[in-house]
Amino acid sequence: MAVLVIGDVRGGALDGATLKSVTAAKAIDADVDILIAGEGVDAAAASASDIVGVRKVLRVDDGVYDNNLAEPLADLIVALAGDYAAIVKSATSVGKNVLPRVAALLDVMQVSEVTEILAADTFVRPTYAGNAMQTVKSNDRVKVITVRVSSFDAAQLGGSAPTEAIDARGNPELSCFVGEELTNSERPELTGAKIVISGGRSLGSSENFMELIFPLADKLGAAVGASRAAVDAGYVPNDYQVGQTGKVVAPELYIAVGISGAIQHLAGMKDSKVIVAINSDEEAPIFHVADYGLVADLFEALPELNDALC
Amino acid sequence: MRARKGFGDKQASSEKGDIMKILVPVKRVIDYNVKVRVRSDETGVDLANVKMSMNPFDEIATEEAIRLKEVGIATEVVVVSIGPEKAQDQIRQSLAMGADRGLLIKTDEMVEPLAVAKLLKAVVEEEKPDLVILGKQAIDDDSNQTGQMLAALLGWGQGTFASKLEKDGDALKVTREIDGGLQTIALKLPAIVTTDLRLNEPRYATLPNIMKAKKKPLEIKAVDAYGVDIAPRLEILKVTEPPTRQAGVKVDTVADLIGKLKNEVGVL
Ligand SMILES: Cc1cc2nc3c(=O)[nH]c(=O)nc-3n(C[C@H](O)[C@H](O)[C@H](O)COP(=O)(O)OP(=O)(O)OC[C@H]3O[C@@H](n4cnc5c(N)ncnc54)[C@H](O)[C@@H]3O)c2cc1C
Ligand SMILES: Nc1ncnc2c1ncn2[C@@H]1O[C@H](COP(=O)(O)O)[C@@H](O)[C@H]1O
Repeated sequence: MAVLVIGDVRGGALDGATLKSVTAAKAIDADVDILIAGEGVDAAAASASDIVGVRKVLRVDDGVYDNNLAEPLADLIVALAGDYAAIVKSATSVGKNVLPRVAALLDVMQVSEVTEILAADTFVRPTYAGNAMQTVKSNDRVKVITVRVSSFDAAQLGGSAPTEAIDARGNPELSCFVGEELTNSERPELTGAKIVISGGRSLGSSENFMELIFPLADKLGAAVGASRAAVDAGYVPNDYQVGQTGKVVAPELYIAVGISGAIQHLAGMKDSKVIVAINSDEEAPIFHVADYGLVADLFEALPELNDALC
Repeated sequence: MRARKGFGDKQASSEKGDIMKILVPVKRVIDYNVKVRVRSDETGVDLANVKMSMNPFDEIATEEAIRLKEVGIATEVVVVSIGPEKAQDQIRQSLAMGADRGLLIKTDEMVEPLAVAKLLKAVVEEEKPDLVILGKQAIDDDSNQTGQMLAALLGWGQGTFASKLEKDGDALKVTREIDGGLQTIALKLPAIVTTDLRLNEPRYATLPNIMKAKKKPLEIKAVDAYGVDIAPRLEILKVTEPPTRQAGVKVDTVADLIGKLKNEVGVL
């Protein structure tokens, strides 16, 4: 039986996370359909049909799905679920919000943040901030899983799946959208970036982030992340947080600046290919996972690094 | 309409629903500072003699409920935990922070989020709260499911990953932490909210309040009393250590660092 991937639509376009979900779905079954829902999602649906190996795209053109409100979106997915062996969605904030609702409505246990698919019913997922990897077998009729985007490769483009328009479901009107405040950034998106540079509490202010971290990020073409302490202190927006309860990244290069390396932070970056740590305390736990450690005062090291890179 | 108990004008001006009863589910979990060790037989993690605490997100949930009570929006805060006898400690902590009453649904089994949600649904049907505030994620199973599942089972709206709550007439305005920023939604009550880290900073329980909490009612019930099937749906085949990373080398200067990145790994 086929797998239904719930597509990620952002600002009318298909988000790269969907390509990762498709790769995961393919490991469950060869037949993969993608659901694209929202108003004016033709472009996103076209991108979805472009993904190699997709059987068909289900397009639901209706504004009720625009803001990813959990209740109408879950009802739609549940209405489609009957034909599928599995429902797969990236573990983005939308996936985490909606998919457990779908699972409960189907009376199945969701498998969260899957990092590896061993068989159509057997999955690996991290628990305890990534310190214990569980291999679980789901005995439920439909497998409902969210997948960790950083653990799967992107599916290739160049396909030409047909698109089928399907009807919207009603809106249960349990919640309504009031507004949003998005961080506009020209920089790459954190979970998809090749290089990430993150700052911690010791940056001391948002001005220091601006002066020391951002220019360096721009030179490297990097995304900017942060520890919880830096976010809580208001130096950068909430969605910059990397860690167990923030975003999980696995870039080619992760540079941790003035971050101690608490287990909750490591949970979000320890699968990066190369880790660099800059910290004034040579005992800082971050050095246990760093490939290259520089014991230095960040206020000296960062300007130097900035000058050295052109 | 229910009676109003001397609220200020701000609250009294809104309609029915301004006096809420809040249910807060709290989970006993391994303390966030403990580095867990996977058992060598790969059946789970070693929980013998490790420090246990209230799930940090549930402290935030408790704090939020108490604040809503302090400003007169809530009348009663009931805390519930599903877990072993010892989970009374975590309920008592919530009571010491200011919750009114506790309920322990006792079991020594591991209860999955779906089953927890089913038990909580039964509690909701008994207690009839207007709002349930849960943590967004238990830091042991890292599931991030229970609140959403409870909302589904009750047919209620959900405001997950909340960083701000505001009562707005009949509705509850919830600011949510999402990828890319913040989203604000309005929820019809009754509703489910799950907490994110920035919602508030939980208070410490003072010694006098810890003493007082010992006298607050704490009911203990058996799982069986609810007639809910809690048999696990997921079979845990094994639990293993993640691949360990070897610590690398220390470099002496920024120039060294750049040299290594360029020449040894070619990432710059
Ligand atoms: C439920 C829960 C969830 C959490 N989730 C997350 C999460 O998702 N992500 C996360 O990051 N954290 C998370 N945390 C918090 C985590 O436990 C740590 O508190 C946090 O990561 C610490 O941030 P930090 O390293 O910036 O600050 P600190 O631990 O204070 O470390 C600052 C570091 O800067 C160094 N330093 C100081 N001055 C300088 C200088 N001039 N130059 C260079 N180095 C300097 C110090 O040596 C130190 O190592 C969570 C905690 C809880 C309880
Ligand atoms: N055994 C439990 N007892 C009480 N509350 C729980 C229990 N398990 C989960 N919860 C609640 O559900 C939230 C999310 O947990 P989870 O879905 O397991 O990540 C927690 O923060 C608690 O508020």
